[in-house]
Amino acid sequence: MERIPILRMGSYLLVTVQVDMHDQLAQQLQEDLAVKIVQTGARGVLLDISALELVDSFIGRMIGNIAATARVLDVATVVVGMRPAVAITLVELGMSLPGVQTALNVELGMELLRDRLEETVFNDHFPE
Amino acid sequence: MTISRSESLPIRSSGDVVVIRQRVRSAAEDVRFSIVGLTKLVTAASELARNTLVYGGGGNMLLEEVHESGRTGLRLTFADNGPGIADIALALKDGYTTGQGLGLGLGGARRLSDEFHIDSAPGKGTTVCITRWK
Amino acid sequence: MSLLVEILTKQQADLLSDWNRDLVNQTRTNGLSEKEIANQSKMLLEYLRDALQQDGNAMVDAPAMSRVRQFLVDVADARARQGFTPSEIAALTFSLKRPVFLRLEKLANGADQLSAEIWAATELIDGLGLHTLNAFLRSREELIKRQEQDMLELSTPVVQLWKGILALPLIGTLDSARTQVVMETLLQKIVETESRVAIIDITGVPTVDTLVAQHLLKTVTAARLMGADCIISGIRPQIAQTIVHLGIELTDVTTRATLAGAFQLALQRTKLNAAALHEFERAKSGAKEF
Repeated sequence: MERIPILRMGSYLLVTVQVDMHDQLAQQLQEDLAVKIVQTGARGVLLDISALELVDSFIGRMIGNIAATARVLDVATVVVGMRPAVAITLVELGMSLPGVQTALNVELGMELLRDRLEETVFNDHFPE
Repeated sequence: MTISRSESLPIRSSGDVVVIRQRVRSAAEDVRFSIVGLTKLVTAASELARNTLVYGGGGNMLLEEVHESGRTGLRLTFADNGPGIADIALALKDGYTTGQGLGLGLGGARRLSDEFHIDSAPGKGTTVCITRWK
Repeated sequence: MSLLVEILTKQQADLLSDWNRDLVNQTRTNGLSEKEIANQSKMLLEYLRDALQQDGNAMVDAPAMSRVRQFLVDVADARARQGFTPSEIAALTFSLKRPVFLRLEKLANGADQLSAEIWAATELIDGLGLHTLNAFLRSREELIKRQEQDMLELSTPVVQLWKGILALPLIGTLDSARTQVVMETLLQKIVETESRVAIIDITGVPTVDTLVAQHLLKTVTAARLMGADCIISGIRPQIAQTIVHLGIELTDVTTRATLAGAFQLALQRTKLNAAALHEFERAKSGAKEF
């Protein structure tokens, strides 16, 4: 069966969605990613959707679920590269993906994850 | 209103939903929709096609290029012979769903199109027709 | 209409020079040379002759007239751009009546034939005139639409203040259509310049209605989905009150009283710009001493 590849980059996982996803594929990705997070002990997930020309409520929900699942596993998720037309449409649809972190591209997303990681390390060493 | 092209597509599987997105996209490109207009229409089509599949048990979509007083638009009609909708106003409300969805499909599709008509009754199936002008 | 074909075939040169005299006298030339005008009228008469030889009873919408129609559309398009007025465009074809009727009178056999011929010619020339006028108006409308679009783009100057910081100073009344264009432009620029912060300054906006406020909010949300933060600055007291009265939630939106305040915050947010921030704050505190 067709699957969306999940790449490991250091302590992060990178998912680049490049196909027009049908619903099962999106569902599958959600499950695969949860397993991969636990297997690899990853600290962050980058979900690159810059190639996606459409995010409907189903894919939007998948993105929200991925972020929520990752949060439960103590992993930060950053969604990167959402196109302007896609963002406008998603807002019109009524989905603003609260609680999902975003960045303009993979590089900035990586930076965001690194910052968050530093913060956590700092707070672990110097609790309030 | 004149119709310059029309095409009927089946909705039987989630693969068909993907095909519908692609067909609507290429039709919108042909009549040169703006990128935002195109994305909104394709997204609305995706929502409605999924509704037809999940709640209507499958059906079909009619894609038409329409012309009226100098403007061009695309009209999409989704029809199924499913159980139908008893309370249309309720179904259009954001967050209402009888399935596992988010309940944004119908209301969302309405916001993403310029014209929206729904015709449904219990046992009579559901027909949703949307138009978006260039 | 046999006489008209005869005139167009046998008396073309004579008809043309007569008509041209009228054309030049009646209408402004708007920079067109007499030669150009003569050339165009000659072509029109030739196309008309060909069409009528093919189909003696052809009216403007007949298949035989397709070249005539196309030619009139081309002429109307060109003249619309050259700034001709609708009456000048109308005169272009209607002026053909006098020279044609004169010749019909000479050729006609009796009053019955004359009136039939004049009637047919009138119908044809009126049809041509309306066709030209329609084409002219369509062309003008397109021109106006294009200019509107240009103006919308001109009125949305998205500027880069610093690396990673955009500003959109909005001036004048915002209607729904303009807000939409402005917002799409802003989001597109965010991607192009990889800007993490966008400042929407509405100091120059006199009023904001519900629809516009909602568009602003949607833009802020859309920008956030793309990975950029928006700051709205320069909200006038009246607008702040309107927003509260309209019950629009601005809790998720960062606002600053002035563009300068928003810029300072933007520099703080894009930590890459630490040096610039330092510079900015020094300049600001320096300014206060005066």
